[in-house]
Amino acid sequence: MATLNINGKTVKVDADPDTPLLWVLRDELGYTGTKYGCGMALCGACTVWFNGQPTRSCSLPVSAVGQGKVVTIEGIKGAPARAVQAAWRKLDVVQCGYCQSGQIMSATALLAQNAKPTDADIDAAMAGNVCRCATYHRIRAAIHEASAIMAGKASEKLEA
Amino acid sequence: MGTLELSRRDVLRAGASGALVIGFHFTPAGRARAAEAEVASNLAPNAFVRIGADDSVTVIAKHLEMGQGTYTGLATILAEELDADWAHVKVEAAPADASRYNNLSFGTMQGTGGSSAMANSWMQLRQAGAAARAQLVAAAASQWNVPAGEITVKQGVVSHAGSGKKARFGELVATAVTLEPVKDAPLKDPKTFTLVGKQKLPRKDTTDKTNGKAVFTQDIRLPGMLTAVVAHPPRFGAKPKSFDATASRKVRGVVDVVMIDTGVAVLAKGFWAAKKGRDALKVEWDESSAMAQGSEELVAEYRRLLDEPGSVAGKQGDADVAFRKAGSVARVDYQFPYLAHAAMEPLNCVIRRDKDGAEMWNGEQFHTVDQAAVAGVLGLKPEQVRINTLYAGGSFGRRANPAADFPVECARIVKAIGGKAPVKLVWTREDDMRGGYYRPLYLHRIEAALDGRGELIAWRQRIVGQSILAGTPFEAFMVKDGVDATSVEGAANLPYHVPNLLVDLHSPRKTVPVLWWRSVGHTHTGFAVETMIDQMAEAARADPVEFRLGLLSKHPRHAGVLKLAAEKAGWGKPLAAGKTGEKRGRGVAVVESFNSYVAEVAEVTVREDGSFSVDRVVCAVDCGVAINPDVVRAQMEGGIGYGLSAALHGAITLKNGATEQSNFHDYQVLRINEMPKIEVHIVASGEAPTGVGEPGVPPLAPAVANAIAAATGKRLTSLPLKLA
Repeated sequence: MATLNINGKTVKVDADPDTPLLWVLRDELGYTGTKYGCGMALCGACTVWFNGQPTRSCSLPVSAVGQGKVVTIEGIKGAPARAVQAAWRKLDVVQCGYCQSGQIMSATALLAQNAKPTDADIDAAMAGNVCRCATYHRIRAAIHEASAIMAGKASEKLEA
Repeated sequence: MGTLELSRRDVLRAGASGALVIGFHFTPAGRARAAEAEVASNLAPNAFVRIGADDSVTVIAKHLEMGQGTYTGLATILAEELDADWAHVKVEAAPADASRYNNLSFGTMQGTGGSSAMANSWMQLRQAGAAARAQLVAAAASQWNVPAGEITVKQGVVSHAGSGKKARFGELVATAVTLEPVKDAPLKDPKTFTLVGKQKLPRKDTTDKTNGKAVFTQDIRLPGMLTAVVAHPPRFGAKPKSFDATASRKVRGVVDVVMIDTGVAVLAKGFWAAKKGRDALKVEWDESSAMAQGSEELVAEYRRLLDEPGSVAGKQGDADVAFRKAGSVARVDYQFPYLAHAAMEPLNCVIRRDKDGAEMWNGEQFHTVDQAAVAGVLGLKPEQVRINTLYAGGSFGRRANPAADFPVECARIVKAIGGKAPVKLVWTREDDMRGGYYRPLYLHRIEAALDGRGELIAWRQRIVGQSILAGTPFEAFMVKDGVDATSVEGAANLPYHVPNLLVDLHSPRKTVPVLWWRSVGHTHTGFAVETMIDQMAEAARADPVEFRLGLLSKHPRHAGVLKLAAEKAGWGKPLAAGKTGEKRGRGVAVVESFNSYVAEVAEVTVREDGSFSVDRVVCAVDCGVAINPDVVRAQMEGGIGYGLSAALHGAITLKNGATEQSNFHDYQVLRINEMPKIEVHIVASGEAPTGVGEPGVPPLAPAVANAIAAATGKRLTSLPLKLA
C-alpha cells in the first residue's frame, strides 16, 4: 500500500511497486486524462508534473513517487495553466486530442519557468511530446499566445 | 434523397410524458431504444438532430471524430440551415444503424473514410437542418397565429417582426412536436450563410480535449472489466500452438489466460498486470505458414517484376511507338517502404456481453463491418451488437479495416472467457507497430520522353505492390481486370496531358496484411508522378510551375491551386541565402485526391553533411465550399506534418517475416523541432465540398524532394528521403 499525493490530495493505492505511475493514475484512481502512448518515455502522452517538473509517468514506478507531488491534467491550476488552456481553445490547437494532455502539461511547465519563450525554447521544451496529427504549428503559436495572455496578468507560480 | 420523407406512422408517442419522438427508418430495436432514450419534450424531426426544451441543439454525427474536425463540420452544415445558435449546438455520435446512418458515398455501409464525411453529408444535413427549422417555424406560426412566411430565424431565436413576437427554439418544442414534419423544406441561398465558410467557428471538441475530459476507448472503465494484453506471433502468418502460463498466473491481478486465433491473451484487473502476465508467457508458435521474406527479398522480387508487363490500368495513344521515336528519354525507379499508421492511441476495443447481445466501445470507423464481424464471432445478429462510438486518438486509416482485426480479437477473447466479464483489449505500442495492416511496399518505374521541342510525348509507368483490396469485400467493385483502383489512383488518371501513356500494375500477394494509409495510393503515385514531372521540366529547360501549367489546360482546378501556391510562396523570387556551406532550394508539387486539389511549395536548407530541414511550406487547397476554413487549414497543416514524418523518417522493414521496428525510437515520427512554418491558402469556391483529411499529404514529399533537387541537383527516388 502506497500513499501518494495526487492533485493536492493524499490517496492510498494498492499497487505493486514496479507499477508505473501512469497505470496507477489511470486504472486505480481514474485520472484518465493522462494517456498511454508508448510506455517508454518516447512520446510524452503520459506527461504529469512530478514535484513541478514535467515527467513521463509511464516510466516512473510508483515506488519512486514517495511523497512527491503529482499533478495531472485534471489538477492543473494557476496562471500558466489557465493561459495555456485558453490559448489552446482560442487557436483550436487540438485534432484527435489524444496527446494534448501531455502537450499542455509540458507547455505549462515551460511557461512557468520561462514566461517568454522563443521558437527555439519551445522546440527544445516540447520535442519530447509527439503529436501524430502534427498540431505542432499551432502548439508553437498557442504557447506564444499563452505567454502574451500571461504578460497581461499578475504572474502566479505553478501550484504543484 | 429519401432520408427526410417522414410519415405520420413514424411519429411515436413516448408514453404519458406527452413527448414526441419522430423517427425515420428506425429498425424495431432502434425504434424501441430511441423511444426509451428520448427525454420528454425533445423535438427530433429526423435522424440527425434533436432540439431540447433547454434550447440545446444536438447534432447526431454518423462519422467518427478522429481529429479531422468532422463533428464540427457536420454540426456546421446542420446548424447553418437550422439557424441555430452555435453556442447551443452539441454533437453526439450516432449508433451503428446503416439504415439511417450509411455513408452515401459507400452505398449501404456506415463508416468514415476516403475523406468523404463532408461530401456525402452536405445535402443530407442541409435538408435535415432545413426540415427542423421549418417545423419550428410552423410551430411559431400556429402559436402566434401569423403566416409562416413572415417568420424569421436567427441564432436560435424565431421572430415575427409584425407582432414583435419572439421565441427561443426550446420554447417552441412543445408545439413543434405535435405538428406534421415538413417535407422538402427550402434550402438557403449560400450567399446568406452565416456559419458555413465563417473564418473562425470554435471546434466542438476543443474544450474537452484541453482538460482531460474527452473520452477515448482507452479511458473506458466498466464494473468488473478485465484488461486483455495479447502475445501476438513474432512473424506474419504464424499462429499459437501451445502455451505455458504458469508464470503469468503468478502475477498479482492476472485473472485468466486464453488462447485465441491471433495469439494468447492475458486478462487482468488492469493494464500493468495484464502486460506483466503477457511478458511472462511461454508460447510455442506454429510457424509452418509464416512469412519467410523480408523487405530486401521483396524489393528484389518486385524489381524483377518491373521488367515484366503487368495488368493495364491506363492507356492513351501508343507509348511503345512514341518511345521509339523520342528524342530524350528518362527512366527512374522509385521505392516506397511499408508504413505504420502509428496513431497516438494504440489500438484497443471494449466489448461486454449482456442479455440483449453485446455492447461495444470503440473509436468506430467502420460500423457496419465491425458490427457484423463481432456479431459473427459471438454468434449474434449484427443489430444485437450495439456500438458506442468514442473519439479516436487518430486513425489515418487504421481503424477502418475490412478485416476488423482488433474488434474481432476482442470479441474472441470475450467468447473465450464465456462472456463472464467486459473486456478491454489494449495493444501496446509494440503490438500496434508490429501488427501489420501497413501502407504496402511499392516500387514504380517511370519512363518519360520529350520530343525535339521539349514537349512531353510519352509516359510509361509500372507499379508493383500488394493490393489493399484483394481478399476484402471491396474487391468486387474496386478491383477490375486485375487492377486495384487504390494502387494506381493518381497515375492511371494522370492529369498531365501526354498523348501516349501506358500505366500497368503487378499486385503480388504476400502474407503481411496491408491497408489504406492517409491518402492511400496517392502516398506513392503522387511522389513518383510529381518528381518525374519536375525532372522533365528540368530536361525541357522549363520552369517547373510553367511546365506543369502547360500540361494542365484541361484541369483548371489543378492549375488554380498551383498558381495560387506559387504566387503566395514568391515562386521565381530568389530565396534568402543560407549560412556558409548551406544550400537552399524551393520545390513544388500538385496532387488531386478525393476530389480536392492541393499544391504545396516547400523550401529546404541542405547542410554540408547531407542533413536537411524543411523550413517553410506554402499550401493552396481547393476543396469546394470550405465549410470550416480553420478546420481546412488545420487539416492541411496536419497533412503536411504527417507527410513530412513519412518523408523524413517513415519506414517499416521486415526481416524473415517479422517487423523490425517496435516503438518511436526505431520508427521515428515528426517532432515539433522538425515542423516547418506553414501557410495555407484556400481557393474561394462554390463547388460542393470535398475532402480535406487526406489531400494535404500527397504533395508534401515530392515538393520536398523537388526542393532538394533544386538545391543540390540530386534527385531522390526513394522514401524516406536520405541525402547523406
